[in-house]
Amino acid sequence: MKVAVLRFPGTNCEFDTQYAFEKLGHTTQLVWHEDEKLPEGIDLVVVPGGFSYGDYLRSGSIARFSSVMKAVQDYAKEGGKVLGICNGFQILTEAGLLPGALKRNNNLHFISKHQNLCVINNDNAFLNKCGKGEVLNIPIAHADGNYYIDDEGFKELEANGQILLRYSDKEGNPVVVNGSVTSIAGVCNEDKNVFGLMPHPERALEAILGSEDGIKMLQGFEA
Amino acid sequence: MTAVVNVFLKEGVLDPQGKAAHHALASLGFEGVKDVRIGKQIILQLDTEDKTKAEAEVKEMCETLLANTVIEDYTIEIN
Repeated sequence: MKVAVLRFPGTNCEFDTQYAFEKLGHTTQLVWHEDEKLPEGIDLVVVPGGFSYGDYLRSGSIARFSSVMKAVQDYAKEGGKVLGICNGFQILTEAGLLPGALKRNNNLHFISKHQNLCVINNDNAFLNKCGKGEVLNIPIAHADGNYYIDDEGFKELEANGQILLRYSDKEGNPVVVNGSVTSIAGVCNEDKNVFGLMPHPERALEAILGSEDGIKMLQGFEA
Repeated sequence: MTAVVNVFLKEGVLDPQGKAAHHALASLGFEGVKDVRIGKQIILQLDTEDKTKAEAEVKEMCETLLANTVIEDYTIEIN
C-alpha cells in the first residue's frame, strides 16, 4: 500500500504516521501543503495530527483552503480513501468532507491520556479488522475534540452507520470525555471513504508504550 | 470602510468558555448574571465605499472562512 501523508505548517504527527504505516510494511510519502497534486498511485491519504496554522481562527479552518486540500477534495470525490487523525479530523470537517464540527472540550482543558474506545460500526474500509463492540485502548491528545452535530445530522449518522467510535469504559459503555455528542470519537462520510477520529492510532503500535491496538485499526486499509 | 464581524456559537450549542466565565463571575459574587456567551470579533478594513457591495463581500467571507456555520452564527456591522 502507498500512503500519502500531508504536511502543513504546524503539523507534528507526520513522522509518527509514516513510522506507523512503514512498520506495517507500507510505503509512505510526505506531501507539502503547497503541492497541487497528490502522488500517483496512492491507496490512502492521511491528514495527520498537529496544530496546522497554529489553530488560528478555528482548528483546521486555514489548512482546509491549502492547495493540497483541493487535490484531496477531488481524490475523495472519486472515491479515494482519506483518513484524518486529530487535527486531520478537524481539517476534514472544516472542508465539509465529514459532517459536524469539533468544538473546544467542555472542560476547556487539553486532554492527553490513554482512552478506551468502543467500535460502533466496522462495516467500512477502516475498522473492518476490529469487532463491533470491541474496546480499543488508544491515546487521545486534543483541546478541540468536542464533536458537535445537530439532531437531524445525528440521525443520519446513526441510520447510515457512520458513527465509527465512541469514548467508553472497559466494558464499552459510553463515557463523557470532552462533551462530544453521544461520546462520538470518530465518524465517516456517507460514502464511507473519508474517515476522521480524534484518537491517535499511530501512537498505539507497541505494547511497551501502553497499547498496540492501533495496528488493527490502521491495517483495515489493507483489505 | 470598516466591517465588524461578531462570531458566536449558535443558540443551543453549549459554549464551554461562556459557562466557565459564568461560574467564575458567580464565585466572585456577581449573582445577577443569567447567561454568558463568549465569541470573537473580527475587524476588517475594506478598500471600498460601496456599503451594499461591502456587506455582500463580508457575508461571503463569513460563510467561507470567518465562521463555521455548523456551530456558529455571525453578525456584520459596516461603518
